[in-house]
Amino acid sequence: MLYALKFALRYLGSSKLQTGLLVLGVAIGVFVFVFISALIGGLGMFLVDRTVGDISHVTIEAPSRDATLISARPDTAATVYQKAVGQREVLRTADAFLPMLEAMDGIRATSQQIVGNGFILRGQSRAPVYVKGVEADKVSAISDIDGHLIAGSARTTNSSIIIGATLASDLGLRVGQVINLQSDRNVERALIIAGIFSVGVETLDSRTAFVSLATARSLFDLDQGVSRIEIKLDDLNAAESYAQRIAAMTGLKATPWTENNAQLLDGLRAQKNSGDLIKAFSLVTIVIGVASALLLSTYRRRPEIGIMRAFGASRFFVVVVFVIQGILVGLIGGVLGAGLGYVVMSPFPVPEQAQSGSLPIDVRQGDYLVAVLLTVLGAMVASILPARAAARVDPVEVIGQ
Amino acid sequence: MTALVEIRDLVKTFGEGETATRVLRGLDLTLVEGDLAALLGPSGSGKSTLLTILGTLMRPTSGSHAMLGEDMTSASDAALTEFRNRHIGFVFQFHHLLPDFTALENVVFPTAVSKGRETREARERGEELLRRVGLGNRIHFRATQLSGGQKQRVAIARALMNQPELVLADEPTGNLDRESAGQVMELIREINETEKTTFLISTHDEKIAAACKRQIKVVDGKAVAES
Repeated sequence: MLYALKFALRYLGSSKLQTGLLVLGVAIGVFVFVFISALIGGLGMFLVDRTVGDISHVTIEAPSRDATLISARPDTAATVYQKAVGQREVLRTADAFLPMLEAMDGIRATSQQIVGNGFILRGQSRAPVYVKGVEADKVSAISDIDGHLIAGSARTTNSSIIIGATLASDLGLRVGQVINLQSDRNVERALIIAGIFSVGVETLDSRTAFVSLATARSLFDLDQGVSRIEIKLDDLNAAESYAQRIAAMTGLKATPWTENNAQLLDGLRAQKNSGDLIKAFSLVTIVIGVASALLLSTYRRRPEIGIMRAFGASRFFVVVVFVIQGILVGLIGGVLGAGLGYVVMSPFPVPEQAQSGSLPIDVRQGDYLVAVLLTVLGAMVASILPARAAARVDPVEVIGQ
Repeated sequence: MTALVEIRDLVKTFGEGETATRVLRGLDLTLVEGDLAALLGPSGSGKSTLLTILGTLMRPTSGSHAMLGEDMTSASDAALTEFRNRHIGFVFQFHHLLPDFTALENVVFPTAVSKGRETREARERGEELLRRVGLGNRIHFRATQLSGGQKQRVAIARALMNQPELVLADEPTGNLDRESAGQVMELIREINETEKTTFLISTHDEKIAAACKRQIKVVDGKAVAES
């Protein structure tokens, strides 16, 4: 093997221009591979971060009591139990498992909430609003309200409310003004506007209002318990597994964000598939490039191969010489291309810091090692055809020429 | 003396059916240890085909071919490759050195390829052989930096590297000027004398043939005359 390596190195070194061009071609292919990986990965992360960054990753609710079939005997009439229309699902055991959830690795924040629908009344104006009752210090636990505050503060008291900028603009509201909030239970409360936020998510900015947990309890006439618990994870991609674990642990219904964002996931999946296709094409180009270059080398070196065979070189030795050349070209081109990709993409801000309209390239998602390994493997496979052709060279035929 | 190579009723036919061409037609030949034989004959008489079969690079259509008591006609390709490496050396008209390698690297190739690396012993023997063929000052020159005569002497050193019992030379001086041809032939005679290596030299040159101990003439695929 060591001796075959010497031949491979000498052959590659003897045609510096050809080898240089071949390595450059492979490096460009690998650069495309890592660039597409970083771009697709970054774009996916950017989209998810913008879309899902301000919503709950896992939501815990009491299991819904849907209509159930009481009797299903074929020879009798079916009896259906219909749940009461006004009945609400309430989590009464939240306090028992909340400390357990908060102690779990990977959970960034939890937020107990009492939620419901209502109207903000301001003079003759009346606007529908989705009311979220949260703990005073947890307004920003799920959505970064504090970071997107345009006026006032993000801390709720029992007499204050925080609303979105679009809603404030529609009703001509400012911080410090008083509004009436009427819930769908016909309870009305006068509240002072403590803060106005603009997250950039339309449903939050135009329809959501945050109040204290106590205010929400009185608005929605809920004596005990909460409506749900929202959870924010460190890794939002792990939402499905966390939801399963939490459901098993609490016996409650735990819904990951992915369940309500199937379209986004479909889009991301299609985007990833497109990226994989481009990466596959760049690998195919590398394989064809290496195969054709080595095949040419094989034809050029036919007399030498014949002499080597005449002096006792086995077919295996000849194969190894050419396969090593393929591996070396793949390795050098792969490392160069991956390194070049890293250097070129490093100046781009990571998706978390990318501005709207910029290229959300994530240099951390370049798949550098995978790119180099696949390239080496591809180049090795590409060299097998030329290597076999070389091993089949008939010494008699070429020595006589 | 024991026979080094023994071939009997050797037939080699190229092609099939109406296009079949019979090049060797029942040739008999014996080479013994220490032979220095010239293989003479007009072009197309079958000399090169005979050398190729003796070198185990081609199989005969029929007949027997044995070397060192081993049957060469039934051995596998891998076995023939190994046998060739250990017992047969070649010198070609166009030297056929590996152009990207030095004189020493070319000479040690037969040993290195069988051992998988260039050993110190192999390099020492290679240097000794190069000094013996008068190229002690060209050891690390690339093949492309050597003259025609020097390349042919490197080729002879390479053929002797594994101390083979038989060296087959196909027009070894055919591409050299008279002076270089004389030096190469003198070298072959010396090696034959001192190491008892058997040489079979295919040539058209009467002077080269005259410098050999035996002359074997091949006409129409048969050895018809020997002196």
